[in-house]
Amino acid sequence: MFGTYLWRELVHRRKQTIIVAIGLAIAIALVIVVNAVSAGVRDAQSTVLQSVYGVGTDVTVTQAPTAPADGAQGGPAFQFGSGDGAADGGSTTLSQSRLTAARGSTAFDASALDTVTSVDNVSAATATLSLESITFNGQIPDFQQGTQGAPTDGSAPPTGGADGAGGSSFDVDSFSVQGIDVTGAAVGPLTATSLSDGRTFTASDVGTDVVVVDASYATTAGLAVGDTLSIGDTEFTVIGIVASTGSDAATGSNTYIPLDVAQSLSGLDGQITGIYVQAASAADVAQIKSDLETALPDATVSTQADLASSVSGSLSTASGLVSSLGTWLSLIVLAAAFLLAILFTISGVSRRTREFGTLKAIGWSNGRIVRQVAGESIVQGLIGGAAGIAVGLLGVIIVNLIAPTLSGSASTVGALGGPGGGAFRGPGGATQTAAATTDVTLQAPVTISIILIAVGLAVLGGLLAGAIGGWRAARLRPAEALRSVA
Amino acid sequence: MYELKNVTKSYDQSKRKVLALNDVSLSIAKGQSVAIQGPTGGGKSTLLQMLGALERPTSGTVALGEAELSTLGDTKLARIRAKDIGFVFQGFNLIPTLNAQENVETALAPLGLNGAERKARASAALASVGLADRGTHLPFELSGGQQQRVAIARALVKKPEVLLADEPTGNLDEETRDEIMDLLEGLWREKGLTLIVVTHDSAVAKRAQRRLHIKQGKVTER
Repeated sequence: MFGTYLWRELVHRRKQTIIVAIGLAIAIALVIVVNAVSAGVRDAQSTVLQSVYGVGTDVTVTQAPTAPADGAQGGPAFQFGSGDGAADGGSTTLSQSRLTAARGSTAFDASALDTVTSVDNVSAATATLSLESITFNGQIPDFQQGTQGAPTDGSAPPTGGADGAGGSSFDVDSFSVQGIDVTGAAVGPLTATSLSDGRTFTASDVGTDVVVVDASYATTAGLAVGDTLSIGDTEFTVIGIVASTGSDAATGSNTYIPLDVAQSLSGLDGQITGIYVQAASAADVAQIKSDLETALPDATVSTQADLASSVSGSLSTASGLVSSLGTWLSLIVLAAAFLLAILFTISGVSRRTREFGTLKAIGWSNGRIVRQVAGESIVQGLIGGAAGIAVGLLGVIIVNLIAPTLSGSASTVGALGGPGGGAFRGPGGATQTAAATTDVTLQAPVTISIILIAVGLAVLGGLLAGAIGGWRAARLRPAEALRSVA
Repeated sequence: MYELKNVTKSYDQSKRKVLALNDVSLSIAKGQSVAIQGPTGGGKSTLLQMLGALERPTSGTVALGEAELSTLGDTKLARIRAKDIGFVFQGFNLIPTLNAQENVETALAPLGLNGAERKARASAALASVGLADRGTHLPFELSGGQQQRVAIARALVKKPEVLLADEPTGNLDEETRDEIMDLLEGLWREKGLTLIVVTHDSAVAKRAQRRLHIKQGKVTER
C-alpha cells in the first residue's frame, strides 16, 4: 500500500516532483563539481608543494630569519686583497665564489633533528641545508699601470672614466644548492623527483664532492652527467640529472649535494636550515605541529595547509574562487533547493487536507501518514539526487576535458647579495624565487565520498521536507480536516 | 453499543464560543439503524464525529462498548476507527490518485494484513457493492453513485461494528439515492451492523428504525 500510494502520488503530481527534483539536482550537481574542482585544486597545490618540499612531507621546520647585527653583513661579501687577481694588460681579473645560507633561510643547530624524531607519531624526518652559491667574475682597471701601454694580447681593457671609477666589468652568477641526507631518507626534496640521467645519491656519497642537478638548471647551464660544477670554489662531479615528477616544473633547488659536504663548504658545520617531517598519519599532523612548537620554541613549524597558502599564481586564484564563490554558490543553491522542497511539501499537505483527514477517519495513525508524506519527499530527494549525480559527473567530465592549466609557485626565497659594506657584492637586495613556477593541469577527481555526500544531501533534503510536511500532516485533527472542506 | 452521558462540545470560533452539543445523553443499541436530522449548524456532524471517535467531548463521556472514547489517546482512537468504525462521507472522499480497488485497500492498511489478503478482501467488498468490474478505475472515471459505492465498500471491508454515514446521498440524484440507501439497508440487515446516518433528507430518515432530531446542540427523539 505504502509503495503504491507513494508512486501514484509522485506520478500524479509529476510537475511538483520534477520541479523539486530539478532544484535538488542542480544543487547536488554544483556540490559535486565544486567538491571535485576543489579536490583538483588541492591536488594541484600539493603538486606545486611537492616540487619544493618532496612527497609525503606533512610538516616542515625552519627558523625565522633574524636581522643582522649592526655592522654585520646581511649577504655574501667579496673582498679582495692587493695580491688577489691576475693582472692582465692594464686590468686585473678577479674571481671569487661564496657558499652561504640562502636568503630567507636561517641556519640552526642540527640537533633539532633529534628533537623532531623523538616527537610522537613522527614516522620520518630529514634535515636540509639550503645554500646559495654566488660566484663573482670580473675585471677592474689597473690604475698603477695606467696608460703604460696596451695589452699584448690585443684585447682592450675596460675604459675608465675621468675619475677612475668606471671601466670595471664583472658579472655575478648564482644558483641554489641544497645539502641533503644522501642515505636514502623516505622524506625530503628529492622524493618528488625522477631521475632523467645518471644516478641519484647513495650512502657511499657521504663526504664526496658529487652533485645532482635539476634538469631545468642543467639545460640552462649546459651541464651533463660527468661534467664538473664549481660550488664554493670546489669542483663537483655531476652524477645525475633529476626532474620534477607530476609536472614540468623545476625541482626545489638547482643543485643537490651531500649534507655534510654542504655544511663543511659553507662553514655551517652542524647547522641546517630546514627539517622535513612525515607524520604517521594525516590525523597526527596537528598534534605533531603542536608538540614541535613546544619542543622547538624558536622554530617555525608549517603544515601542508600552512604551506598551501604560500602557493601563488592562477592556482591561488582558482583556489580562492572555489573556496569562496563555489562554496557559497553551492550553499545558496542547496538552501534554495531545500526550501523549494519544503514549501512544495507543505503546500501539498495543505492541498491534501481532506485526503489525510479521510485516512485518519478510516484508522490511519499519525505515524503512518507521516511515513507516507516523508516517504514521498525522500523519493523526490533521491530522484533529484540521482539526476544531480548524473549532471555533476557530466560537469566534472567537462572540466576534465577542458583541463585548464593552472600555474603556481611556492614562495621559498633565495637571495643575491645584500645590504652592508664590502668591496664588491651582488646587486643589493635583489631576490629570486628559488622554486620555479609550476604549470599543473587541473584534473577534478570524483571520489566515493563525494558521491556519498551527494546522496546524503539528497536524502537530507527529502527528510527535511518530509519531516516538516509530515509534522504538518500529523497536526491535522481528523474532524477539523474533514470539516475544513465539507 | 453507544452510551453518551452529559456530552457537551464547544468550539472557539472567531473569539466566540460555539456550543455544538449541549448536555447530550443518549444510548444506541447494537444493530440499530438510526437517522439523525436537524438544521444546518445544529450539531449533527459534531455528534457523528463524537460517535466516530474523531472528536473528544469538552465534558461528559462517550463509550463504545467497553471503550471510553473521551479518555483514550490518539493512537488507541485510531485503532478503534481502524477496526470497529466505518465512515461514509457526503463527498465520497476517495483518494483521487488511487483506483477503486486501492481505495478500498486503504481501509485495510492499518490492520496489518498481507497484500494478497488485502486484495482478496477489497475485491470481495467491491463485488458486494456491485463494482467487481470497476476495480481498476480511478475515482474520476466513476459516476457519483459508483464513487459512493466504492466508499461504502471501503467502509465495510474491515467488517466494522458500526457504519457512520454523513449525508451519504447528499450529492446524488433521487434514483441513485434510493440505490445507495437500498444498498446500505441491505448490508445493515445482512451484516448486523449498527447504522447511523446523518441526513437532511426525510425520505432517507424514514427508512431508519429510530430518528433523532438535533437542534442547537440538544437531541430529541422523533
